Formats: sequence, structure tokens, C-alpha cells
Amino acid sequence: MKILLPALSPTMETGNLVKWLVKEGDNVVSGDILAEIETDKATMELESPDDGKVEKILVKEGTENISVNTEIALLKVDGEEIEEISEKPSEISSQVSSNGSDTATTEVKISMNSLLNQTKENLEAKNWSEKEITMREALNQAIEEEMNLDKDVFLLGEEVAEYDGAYKVTQGLLDKFGSKRVLDTPISEHGFTGLAIGAAMAGLKPICEFMTFNFSMQAIDQIVNSAAKSLYMSGGEINVPIVFRGPNGAAARVGAQHSQCFISWFSHIPGLIVIAPSNARDAKGLLKSSIRNPNPVVFLEHELLYKEKTNVPEENDFLIPIGKGNLIKEGKDVTIIGFSMSVQRILNALPSIEKLGISPDIIDLRSIKPLDEELIHKSVKKTNRVVIVEDGFGSTSFGSHLSYLIQSNCFDFLDSEIIKVSGKDVPMPYAENLEKLALPTTDEIVSAVKKVSYIN
Amino acid sequence: MNKKVNNSFSNDQLLNFYKKMFLIRKFEEKAAQLYGAGKIGGFCHLYIGQEAVVIGILSSINSEDTVITAYRDHGHILARGVDPKLVMSELTGRKDGISKGKGGSMHMFSKANRFYGGHGIVGAQVPLGVGIGFAHKYRNEKKISRVYLGDGAMSNGQVFEAFNLASLWELPVLFIIENNKYGMGTSIGRSAAGGELFERATVFGIKGEKVDGMNFFNVSESAIRAREYIKKNSKPYIIEMDTYRFRGHSMSDPGLYRTKDEVNKMKEIDPVLMMKESLLNDYKIQEAKIKDIESDIKSQIKDVEKFSLESPLPELKELYTEVYL
Repeated sequence: MKILLPALSPTMETGNLVKWLVKEGDNVVSGDILAEIETDKATMELESPDDGKVEKILVKEGTENISVNTEIALLKVDGEEIEEISEKPSEISSQVSSNGSDTATTEVKISMNSLLNQTKENLEAKNWSEKEITMREALNQAIEEEMNLDKDVFLLGEEVAEYDGAYKVTQGLLDKFGSKRVLDTPISEHGFTGLAIGAAMAGLKPICEFMTFNFSMQAIDQIVNSAAKSLYMSGGEINVPIVFRGPNGAAARVGAQHSQCFISWFSHIPGLIVIAPSNARDAKGLLKSSIRNPNPVVFLEHELLYKEKTNVPEENDFLIPIGKGNLIKEGKDVTIIGFSMSVQRILNALPSIEKLGISPDIIDLRSIKPLDEELIHKSVKKTNRVVIVEDGFGSTSFGSHLSYLIQSNCFDFLDSEIIKVSGKDVPMPYAENLEKLALPTTDEIVSAVKKVSYIN
Repeated sequence: MNKKVNNSFSNDQLLNFYKKMFLIRKFEEKAAQLYGAGKIGGFCHLYIGQEAVVIGILSSINSEDTVITAYRDHGHILARGVDPKLVMSELTGRKDGISKGKGGSMHMFSKANRFYGGHGIVGAQVPLGVGIGFAHKYRNEKKISRVYLGDGAMSNGQVFEAFNLASLWELPVLFIIENNKYGMGTSIGRSAAGGELFERATVFGIKGEKVDGMNFFNVSESAIRAREYIKKNSKPYIIEMDTYRFRGHSMSDPGLYRTKDEVNKMKEIDPVLMMKESLLNDYKIQEAKIKDIESDIKSQIKDVEKFSLESPLPELKELYTEVYL
């Protein structure tokens, strides 16, 4: 019997073989622990699926980035012939990777890191010492640095402490700061969000993690009515320095109640700052700025981006200002605007767009509220054409508002209608093909660019 | 009716508590008049009838302690010592209002006086107040967060989440249920199943009691007991105040849900009058002293009214200020 590396989380594409707990020749029974596998979220135990003898270990311990469904061992089960070891990766394995091509970012032809390295912002930046790390690590660094700098900063949420974070963003922070500053909460969003806002009113600076932003709906009243409005309705007396953060949007096949983008919801509310970074560098610089900001900040991350790497400065003083977008690719023919995951979708479509002879400006908004209108207008006045890409439902969406702002400020400069490529107005389906279709696709982005460019 | 209960207050202190109760009563009566005259708009929830609760609790409060409540907040912010002129000017929506005319009746705050609002969503102030208690503990401040809620809020889900967190994390919080018997027009009998309201917190391991909230002395005694318990055990406590509002839920309440007889019967145990009788009969304070206080307050209220009507409307540019800091 072949032992394959199993998928141990919805977003797991590869894993690391941390340790074998058996050796060749060992007899095992069903349920015995064979190995420890590190996934994108945690280190898990791999159990034997049957009784038998460990015939051969095919992948050494310590091996990293093993694709899901790779054969890692052979188990001799009574009455079963030993199977041939496949020469090529199994059929299932290759099928998974090709099906994942539109949502997974592994096949992005244009690397975010190389684009970022060429941006005006980075070229003008200080000569920081940098390291290529994942967005997950970047967020963790941001929290750790700010907690070291300010004892009023504390972290609370479900599974942030002893579990090391449901998505490992808060890994190791409990050990560093103790249970007074890193607090596991009950599954009680309405209560602990209100508690965190109250603590902020009294002068602390909470980082309130939602395991995913879907669960923030339990606490939406506290975010909107207590956090966002108190400064105004107290005539400036009570400010609420808090960061609400966690993954937002569709991850991978977790169904309708766990796959929704809330950017349009939160950006509707005066008093909230809304941030949605697309890469590790921005995530760190913006989270640090958010923690230092005296207003309530909704910091929307994306689970599929947690594993993506870019160069990230290691300095305490590295901040990215809130309210500044980033022209990540400079062109001339069309302005394509995205944020968070939709930036990756634009990059996925970029090779096809360039094949048409079109050179786009690509703007990563990063900050949704306040919005860098100056950057957008400057680009639109140059290109005269706009495509907006957003994962959220298209109906009454942030993208709709953005296109309104552009037409009212750049009306005389537009040579075409503005096209918005949004998530479809349906609850997120579970089936892989339907989920892919529910989100903005490469084809839709390319078609939109063609249409605003009058190319058939 | 009243009898002298054990307390360590001097007669001057008691007179001062009476003065505050009388101030709240007269302030609210004036607010009702100004509302009727169209000088106050929107919602306006009067505290008349519940004065013994807030002043009884006040008698146990250290000036550093914090307070948060819901929308029936005029009495609370006055008890905390904020200038009545600023409170009335908020009701008239003027520039000199405590929230610069941008909050209104339900949204008044004063950090200097440790008063954290003034919240319009029933129940929402409870987790917030627990969070303020969290901040006290986090900073090792020897403060207690006083969190007021009504009988209506006691059926609101987040309140139970807040009880759980306060008890689980052993936070210095005193919950005070102002049970005035009606959540807007719905009596507790029609809204709350089971036994006493405070018992809904005791299941989370929070100790508590029910007290006659019409009587200053009973409230004070229980509030001091609660304070000592919280200080000693570093755990939350809950007191249910049996009280009553003599006016409607808000100014636009037709009062169809209760009889005049019921209201009149409750007015026989008017907390302000009972306190006055006790000062006269049990503490042998001279009537002239009380009269002086009352006439001081009455003349103060005249100044408050004048101030609140003369204060200008907020400047139009204020529309866009204080959305962000």
C-alpha cells in the first residue's frame, strides 16, 4: 500500500516531512503514528491507514515542500502485493495542481517580489536590511515588534495563544509575551470584540483577531456602532485605537459561510480605516502603521496569500503609510486596479494582456479607506481606460463606488466605459469548478481589458 | 418607612447625595419641559424615579473608578460631576454640549470624569464596560468598572458573553441592573423567563444580590459591600436594583402598557422624597438646610436652561470633524 502525503488543510498544497516515527521493517497497526507533517497551518501527525509492515521509506525526514499526494512510504499489508513505485508524480497530484491554477498563486508567471522591487516606493526607500519571508511571517513580525515597542498593545482572539493561531500568524507570541498579553478567547465574537473596544476606549491598543472575517458578523454592531462612531458622537472625547484583523474572502472550497469578502461592508462606514494588503512587505508595513494608528482599523488579510513571499525589511521603523496605493507596474494603455487577492488575479492575467500588446498600469490600492485617489486619477488621466478587479459580490460593491469616483473626477479623460470584474452575486459554492467561476477569472480580466481597449 | 441604617457618612455627605438626587430630578423635569417646547429633539429618556440607584452607587465610588451605561444617561453623567450646563447644551444640540452637539441625549462622555457613555444599542455597553475593567486589571490599577444595564438588556446575547468573560478573566467589574420593570413597553414578565434577573449572571460564577433600588441607603450599603467584595476577590459582582421610572420610556411614550394606578402607587415610594424624609426624621437634619439646597438647585437649573438655549449651534464645519483622529 502506498502512503501518500495527505492534504491536511483546505489550502495545503505542499508539506514538510518533519520526522519519521517508524523505520523500515517496523510492524504497525492502523492508527499508529507514522510521521509528523508540517502543513501551512500546523504540525500534524500522520496515522497508518492499515495494519502491516513499513516496507520502504521513500522521502527522508527533513524534506520540505513535498507536493500533496506524493508517495512517501510503502506499507506491506497482509495479503496484498507490493505495488510498483511510480516513476512520475501520480495522476491525482498533477490534476490537483492544474485545477488550482487560477486560484493558486504558485503558477503566477510574474513574481510580486520582482515587481515590488522595481516600484518607485521601494527604489526611494531607505537601505533596509531585508529578508524574503511569507506574509504569515511578516504579520507575525509586525505584531511582535509593536508589542515590544508598546506595552499597551495586546492580542486576543480564538486560538491565538496556545494553538499558535488557526493560521499560524500568531505563532510563538504566547511564549514571548505571556498570557496577560496574548489571550485565547471563548468562541464569543460579540462579547470579546466589545471587550476589546472597551479596553481601547480606556486607552489600551488591542489587536482583535477574527479567525476569519466571516465571524466578525457576530460582532458587526460593536465594530460599526461602538468602534467606528464613538469619536464622532463624543465630540472627539473617546477614540478607539484598535486593529481588527484576520483572513477575509474566499480561501479554498470552504463553502458559502466561510468565503466572503467584507471590504464593501466595512469601507461603507465612516470612522473605520480599511486595509487590504496583497503581499508580505505591505502586510508588515501596514499592520505596524495600523497598530500605531489612533483609529479603529479593519485589517483584511487573505488566507491564500499567507504563504506568499516577498522581501520584507526587518526594521522596527519600517512603516507603510495608510492611505497610499502602490503603482506596482507602470504602463500606458489601461489602468487595472486591485487589492488583496485580486492583485494576484491581475498578475495571473498579465501575460495574456501583454500578449495583446497592451501595457497596463497596475495599481494595488492596499488601503481601501482612506483611498489614494490621487494615484488613481493620475494613472487614469494617462491611460484613459479602467478595469477594476474585486473578489467581493459585484452588487453595491466597493468597486462600484470606485468607478463612480473615477467617472466623476476623470470624466473628460475616459475613452471607454469603466469595467468592473467582481465576484458573482451568489453564495460561494463548494464544488471546485463552481467556486473558481464565482470569483474573477483570468478570462474575465483579459476580456475586460480587451473591451475597454476596443479589441475584439 | 426609612430607618437609619449603618453607614459612615457624615450629615454633610448625606446632604450632598441628596443634592445630587434633587439636581437630577430637577434637571430631568426641565429637560421634559424643553422637549415639549421643541428645544430638545430626537430621543430623550428621562431618569426620573431611578435617582437613588445612581447616587447610591456613587456613594461607593472612588473618583478614579469608571462608569458606563446605556442611553438613559443624563442622571449618570450628572452624578459623575459633569457640569449640568454642558449636559443640557448637549440635549439642545449646541456647541457647548459635552459632545459638542454631535452626540445628543444618548451619547455623552467625559474621560476626565471617568464616564464612558452614553450608548444607544441595548446591551452593547456591557462588553465595553467589561473591556474597561480589563484595562484596569491589565494596568494593575485599583479601579472598578461600573457597568449599568437595564432589565431589557438582560435578554441580550452579548450580555451573557460579557458575564462569561468577566468571570473567566476575573475582571474588576460591578454590573448594576436597573430593573425598572419595562424594556420600552414590554414588562419583564413578558420578556424574561425564569427567576430573578441577577441569577442569570450567577450561573457564570458571579456573586450577586437584589436590592431595593428606590432607597438610597439600601443601594449604598449594597454598593459598598460589592466594592469590598470585588477588591478582596478580584472578581466581578452583580446587583439587581428594583426600581421604577415615573415617566415613559422616552418622551414619545403613550404609556399604554401600564396603568396610572401602578405609576401613582410607585410614586408613593419616590426615592427623592424618601431620602428627604429620612434626612429630616432619621438624621435630624434641619429642614432649612434642605430648603437652601433645593432653592440653590432650582436657581442653578434656571442658569442651566438659559445657558443651553443661548449656546450657539455647532459651526457647520463641525460636520466633518472628529470622524478620524
